[in-house]
Amino acid sequence: MAIVEHMESEGATVSGGSGSDGVRRRDFINIAAVSFAGVGAVAVVVPLIDQMNPSADVLALASTEVDLSSIQPGQAIKTTFRSQPLFVRHLTDKEIAEADKVDIASLRDPQTLEQRTVDGKKQWLITMGVCTHLGCVPLGAGEGENRGEFGGYFCPCHGSSYDTAARIRKGPAPKNLEVPKYSFTSDTAILVG
Amino acid sequence: MSFPWAEQYTPKHPVMQWVDEKLPLPRLVYNAVGAGYPVPRNLNYFWNFGVLAGLALMIQIVTGIIMAMHYGANTAVAFATVEQTMRDVNAGWLMRYAHATGASFFFIVVYLHIFRGLYFGSYKAPREMVWLLGLVIFLLMMATAFMGYVLPWGQMSYWGAKVITGLFGAIPVVGEPIQTWLLGGFAPGNASLNRFFSLHFLLPFVIAAVVILHIWALHIPGSSNPTGVEVKGPQDTVPFHPYYTAKDGFGAGVFLILFAILLFYAPNYLGHPDNYIEANPLSTPAHIVPEWYFWPFYAILRAFTVDFFFVPAKLLGVLAMFASILLLFFLPWLDTSAVRSGSYRPTFRKFFWILIIDVLILGYCGGAPAAEPYVMISQVAAAYYFAHFLIILPLISRFEKPLPLPNSITEAVLAKYGKTDGEPVAVPAE
Repeated sequence: MAIVEHMESEGATVSGGSGSDGVRRRDFINIAAVSFAGVGAVAVVVPLIDQMNPSADVLALASTEVDLSSIQPGQAIKTTFRSQPLFVRHLTDKEIAEADKVDIASLRDPQTLEQRTVDGKKQWLITMGVCTHLGCVPLGAGEGENRGEFGGYFCPCHGSSYDTAARIRKGPAPKNLEVPKYSFTSDTAILVG
Repeated sequence: MSFPWAEQYTPKHPVMQWVDEKLPLPRLVYNAVGAGYPVPRNLNYFWNFGVLAGLALMIQIVTGIIMAMHYGANTAVAFATVEQTMRDVNAGWLMRYAHATGASFFFIVVYLHIFRGLYFGSYKAPREMVWLLGLVIFLLMMATAFMGYVLPWGQMSYWGAKVITGLFGAIPVVGEPIQTWLLGGFAPGNASLNRFFSLHFLLPFVIAAVVILHIWALHIPGSSNPTGVEVKGPQDTVPFHPYYTAKDGFGAGVFLILFAILLFYAPNYLGHPDNYIEANPLSTPAHIVPEWYFWPFYAILRAFTVDFFFVPAKLLGVLAMFASILLLFFLPWLDTSAVRSGSYRPTFRKFFWILIIDVLILGYCGGAPAAEPYVMISQVAAAYYFAHFLIILPLISRFEKPLPLPNSITEAVLAKYGKTDGEPVAVPAE
């Protein structure tokens, strides 16, 4: 009986109630319960979303070793890094000179060949073989493939042309071909990733 | 809801009476697609395409569930299991060709359904919700079709997946993590294939659920009609069954004949031969094209070739492509004319046909290689597409002088057959 009377009196006095500020105990319990359930719901959603990120076995394949010893100047090879194509190119002196000649300010994504290669290994151009437009594989790494009008790579999908430093020169691609993180493990071998 | 003169469901058999008391499901069906749903008496064949889209969805679900029984969602076997379905499974070739051709037919009838809605102003009040839900279905269809196309794991599957998920990569800052998250890797792979299969199986049922909402929303004001004049009395309507079940049945027959012609005589006509080459991440097909039903949107995507201030061309293309569809969600408020039907709007009608030609041109360019003159034509056509909805349509709505509307559906019908004799058709007719 006492409890019932207490609840009635609380409900009736809107601004009074349990305190002078008009906040009822029930409001507090309501907010606390809903907030707690909300935090719980978010905590459940995190793994539900995160399961779609690359799994451990996909990430385990995240580095690739490449042997450079058999690549002659002017040649390039196509290998894979993180299941995407990787271009490893041995530039000729002429190609290096062509890349250095370009006025950096005129480029869409201004970078010098030095910035895109390792110190003292300017002849080794290592880039992803993924066009920065929509992800096609550009031509130019294979023997006899079209290298486009700037002598580097040419994407057949939407006509992006890259120069001998794999910098974007013409077409819809916004960026230069991406240079992945890599290091020389010896004079003739690199570890990508 | 329905009109007050709708026929009432009165089960005669005691079993049906018993069911009706416990669970009035037969009553619901009767009121939705039976004699209990009064429909304007003047609907033309363009009003068949809603039912035909429903039929196409059923064909896709049935053939799709069968395909799933023979499919292996793993990059090592996916291509082979599809070929095995084609060659070794009894009637497997039929199921797969029906599913692939069926997807195209689903889009054909849905595009005609949208065409009907645009011409006859079906999107206008009080049917805005019907239009909005229809667009949701359209978006779900596009997602489903895209993921389904990846499953055979051919060259177009792989590169289509790469290009489309690459669209999300265009978003600044968060784009690349989103792309990796969508694919479950750095490029389309086993994780991508599995999740696409799971979602491709799920989404058709989501579509079916939204279709129910679409029909529910439609049945509140009732169907529109070619005059755009609202129903005024019982003489303006006929019961859905048997009048429109018969008319839709005829339309379904024509649909199935055309479907069978393509299915049995040219099943690969709308497909791409490169998808019969297994996916190869190291070799891009010379010319990546999506399926034909995405061509107009693909043309808009590729129309942006130069940066605008700080926004890169790639992002502009992506934004424009999504905007071209999202724009349609605002259509009921962009077209402010009180007259619904294009038949009574002479200026609207002219620009409507220009828009249709414009979309066809975009479609043609979307299927063509990304070279001149197609890029330039796409740019002009894409600009016109947006101008139609954002500038031309609001202006027409303001300045156009519509033709006189008939007083009622019945008057329009009788006038067509020369039976009015100047006598006004009042409410208590027939």
